[in-house]
Amino acid sequence: MAKLDAPQIVTSRVGLDGGHTLARYLETGGYEALKKALAMTPGAVAEEVDAASLLGRGGAGFPAGRKWSMLKKDPVTYLVVNGDESEPATFKDRLLMEKDPHQLVEGVVISAWALQVTTAFIFVRGEFALGLERVQTAVNDAYAHGALGRDIFGSGFSLDVVVHAGAGAYICGDETALLETLEGKRGFPRIKPPFYPAAIGLYGQPTVVNNVETLSNIPWIVLNGGRAFAALGKGRSTGTRLFALSGRVRRPGVYEIEMVHNTFRDLIYDPALGGGTTDDVAIKAVIPGGASSPWFGPELLDVALGQDEVAEHGSMLGSGSVVVIGANDCAVRAAWRLTKFFRHETCGQCTPCREGAGWLERILHRIETGGGRLEDIDLLLDVCDNIVPGLGWPPQQTTICPLGPSIPSSITSAISMCKDEFLAHIEHGGCTSG
Amino acid sequence: MSHFHPEFRQRAEEIVALYPHPRSATLPLCHLAQEQDGYLCADAMVEVAELTQTTSAEVRGTASFYDLFHLEPVGTYVVGVCTNIACLLAGGLELLAHAEISLGVAVGGTTPENRFTLEECECLGDCDVAPCVQVNNRFVRTTTPEAFDELIGRLRTDDVVSDIPRHGLLSRVRRSVGLEVKPEVIAAERARVAAASSDQASG
Repeated sequence: MAKLDAPQIVTSRVGLDGGHTLARYLETGGYEALKKALAMTPGAVAEEVDAASLLGRGGAGFPAGRKWSMLKKDPVTYLVVNGDESEPATFKDRLLMEKDPHQLVEGVVISAWALQVTTAFIFVRGEFALGLERVQTAVNDAYAHGALGRDIFGSGFSLDVVVHAGAGAYICGDETALLETLEGKRGFPRIKPPFYPAAIGLYGQPTVVNNVETLSNIPWIVLNGGRAFAALGKGRSTGTRLFALSGRVRRPGVYEIEMVHNTFRDLIYDPALGGGTTDDVAIKAVIPGGASSPWFGPELLDVALGQDEVAEHGSMLGSGSVVVIGANDCAVRAAWRLTKFFRHETCGQCTPCREGAGWLERILHRIETGGGRLEDIDLLLDVCDNIVPGLGWPPQQTTICPLGPSIPSSITSAISMCKDEFLAHIEHGGCTSG
Repeated sequence: MSHFHPEFRQRAEEIVALYPHPRSATLPLCHLAQEQDGYLCADAMVEVAELTQTTSAEVRGTASFYDLFHLEPVGTYVVGVCTNIACLLAGGLELLAHAEISLGVAVGGTTPENRFTLEECECLGDCDVAPCVQVNNRFVRTTTPEAFDELIGRLRTDDVVSDIPRHGLLSRVRRSVGLEVKPEVIAAERARVAAASSDQASG
């Protein structure tokens, strides 16, 4: 049974008319958390976030409180908001930016106070024109309201926030690539070390990079306390989380549900959530956490929606996107299209990723379109093994960033779960499923 | 002579002033150039380089990395059809094939009257209304061939479609204020406060 009694922490205004406006935000308790935070010491605010055990909602799931505590002390430090949501089938940050941009802005100011940063940047994916307009409007209105700029609400704390539009590149979701693009360069992930922007980030200064959903949780945590947040969920996965559900389901959409107490089956079949599969089709596979995550077969539908719970079964919760692939959908075609995505988005710095993505995509394309050879299956696995030696999970890192090692996930999943489909394609001269 | 028209030049200078380093304004200024010209032309890149204290080669190097910057002219309406996983399952490839026939151009092509450019897109994040179509980065929610054709018909005849600005105008909302406090001013203020409190502590 799905457990749906948790509070709506970040989506309380999503269904409201004009929920994105300042007037409606103030009517519904907006900027009260900021006032409360400014009356606390920065350290006390950071302690609440630490007590919440809030895991980053971008994909890697790094604890936000720990990220904050790593920020090196320096006269000039930055906070950068990662709103470059581009993981295939992930559409929850866009919802937050379009429907409740003030909640994000309030989260940014509170976080900036806790971290004592000098300037904050909100990076919004370029393709989200409406999101950009809504976030920029919210920032403009927040300045006029005294929630941004000099001497915020008479506290003596000052902060400028700059909204920065991206220009279309998945790789800029990687936090070091994001900093490069914010510096006006190609979105090349930075060579490690330094491992964390908290030491050396934007313009070489200490920088915290947080995801949109992560920061949207901050006002609630300040108002209700970190312990109230940590009381939701279980183990390391505290609070609620947004899940973007798509594919063969009756009610695709974004759902905020409590972590761990719900399973993939709940999310897909509960009438208040996914409402079951389209035409009651059987499930062939579920992509549990974005294009980079290994697939789950139907036998794993009862795995709980928690970070460690999914990891224990050899995949990851990642960006919180769940794609349902139906029994009649072609696994070869799905793997080909996901690989084509990586081929398009590889930044080209590292050989395994740059060459591997193109090679794999060409092989998958010829299988799908009828030019496949029997030895292609081994060839696919061999090329994958060159990107991720041993083909294990979590993958070994052979490249600067995690994009390369993400490529094999869909291919090895499709081959291990649906090898017969690959063989049928090769035998019958291509895809027969339409 | 400035390639940016006076009003755009002024906006460009305001954008540069928002960043601790002028180079950070590269992407916003490329967007601004596209807003003025509909695409990113060589003359604009020369001026972006001057404003960001880089070279036009560096601006081109940066701009060419990103999908949204068009270094060649494109149509008034750039139509993008997503075929990534959620849209693939909902018939994205079939809708893209329909769009090619309907517009009479292949992916990447522009119609002869320069009204439409067709693109195949990676996931645009509208996966619950699949397959997803954007026109000039606005979600248009036309998931069937019929709805797609109806929209194209409107865009073909109407001079102005209010909810879809012409290509290049990304955000119709502009920043209303400049920076109120520069980072170095904040840093200096805090240093003063810290020094004063440590004086107090030691005195």
